[in-house]
Amino acid sequence: MKINELIESHSELTDTAASKSAVVLMTRIRLARNLAAQPFPGWAKDAQKREIRDQCMQAVAALPQMKRGLAIPVETLDELQKQILVERHLISRELCHAKSGSGIVISKDQSCVVMVNEEDHLRIQVLRAGFQFKKVWATINQLDTDLEEHIDYAFSPKLGYLSACPTNLGTGIRASAMMHLPALVISSQMEKVVRAVNQLGMAVRGLFGEGSDASGSIFQISNQTTLGESEEGIIKHLHGVLTTIVDQELNAREKLLETDPNKLFDKIGRAFGILQNGYLLNSGEAMNLLSLIRLGIDLGIFPDAQRAVVDRLFIECQPGHVQHAAKGAFEPSQRDVLRGERLRAEFAKVVAPDFSHAAK
Amino acid sequence: MANPLKCDLCAKPATVHLTQIVNSKIHKVDLCEACAQAKGVTDPSGFSLADLLLKASLNPEPAGVDTQCESCGFTQQDFKKTGRFGCPACYNHFGALLEPMLDSMHKGSTHTGKVPQRALARKSLYERLTQLETELDQAIKAERYEDAARFRDEISQVRSTSDRKAGAKHED
Ligand SMILES: [Zn+2]
Ligand SMILES: [Zn+2]
Repeated sequence: MKINELIESHSELTDTAASKSAVVLMTRIRLARNLAAQPFPGWAKDAQKREIRDQCMQAVAALPQMKRGLAIPVETLDELQKQILVERHLISRELCHAKSGSGIVISKDQSCVVMVNEEDHLRIQVLRAGFQFKKVWATINQLDTDLEEHIDYAFSPKLGYLSACPTNLGTGIRASAMMHLPALVISSQMEKVVRAVNQLGMAVRGLFGEGSDASGSIFQISNQTTLGESEEGIIKHLHGVLTTIVDQELNAREKLLETDPNKLFDKIGRAFGILQNGYLLNSGEAMNLLSLIRLGIDLGIFPDAQRAVVDRLFIECQPGHVQHAAKGAFEPSQRDVLRGERLRAEFAKVVAPDFSHAAK
Repeated sequence: MANPLKCDLCAKPATVHLTQIVNSKIHKVDLCEACAQAKGVTDPSGFSLADLLLKASLNPEPAGVDTQCESCGFTQQDFKKTGRFGCPACYNHFGALLEPMLDSMHKGSTHTGKVPQRALARKSLYERLTQLETELDQAIKAERYEDAARFRDEISQVRSTSDRKAGAKHED
């Protein structure tokens, strides 16, 4: 598979028509792994790094799970291609900035990715739309076991899998969920949630944009500690926290509908109006409007089938995707025009909101 | 106030004081305005306490004797600068430096998760083979031919198990 084929084909996240998940958009697990007796990528000489990359990429690409996927050195990708992969949550920003000697292997359906020579020799990642920790863990566990057949991992019985950064020691696992929490944001409860989650030893990040700039009310919640607890234990612990947050979000939605439905319907109705008629939309505004539409779908105001379209637009409204669709490099102001054009076309097809189901 | 608190990262006067509970242990971090900004601490969703604790626990030690990992040449100073190690062997070499940090960084200091069974089995098989070959050499040199025959048998036995494993792998 070539990079352009991969970009053109539907990905796990941009084609999730089956996803009925109201709150959890995506489940992701990554494992940090390193080769025994080789310097970590940050300390290896360029020639060593390339050697390590070739060995890792060969082993990974040969796995049955990666059949007919993409295996490519990072330096052969242009900036826009890398940005698109970041926007699809397939690779990290850190890997984009890697000077040389790094690589990417992506499965055909874009649900398994291995980054080679990012911070660690191997960052294995599996992602799935929806709330699916069991399935994602089973997949990545198998992928890791299969890879172990061909690679001697750096492992210590006491410290577990050895990683470049001691914060990843032990299991090397980072399990995370991407959550859509508009009602918690609208009712100003997000700060409270963030604090509670932090106290449980987990991290919350706004997913699009840096830091807490959570445009689209989308947050990523993940475990922070990796040593002293089994993978299953870590996942179970996180799963419990996420389930609580889902409940909180659904309760907050009920509460909004009970106390001031008109205010909520007004937000959703206006979002629809702007998406159908706006001419200039930056990515932050587009995300926030799409977030309200997604909330509207969950409340029965728009048809269920629309959810997959919105989930796809969340990604396709990002700057890299907008430029790719328009086949060129564009200034932010020009991108706003292109984004508006795309959203108008997309929302011209959507039937007008019907608030009668949501109203009590 | 006799001793104003110093920033854990750069030793300027600290103005931001954080207390967080990670795994039912209380952690305190004191930072100056600039470091707090740089670490995204002012924005509660954007910072990882684990990362911060790592840097903070590295800082107070004065630059004294610097030691080097024999395998990769990485030094303690390198670790303090980056918070990363140079190679897997660094974990042996800098174990004493690391040990006290693990408790505040993680839930425990001993791995209880997945073990790479296949890779470890491969390693122990390889080690067993190397050992038997050495013993065989010694037996031949010492003209202990009965022992040598026994080692030879064992070697072929170990080899055939590893071949069988490799064979099974290709079938599936
Ligand atoms: Zn400071
Ligand atoms: Zn080393």
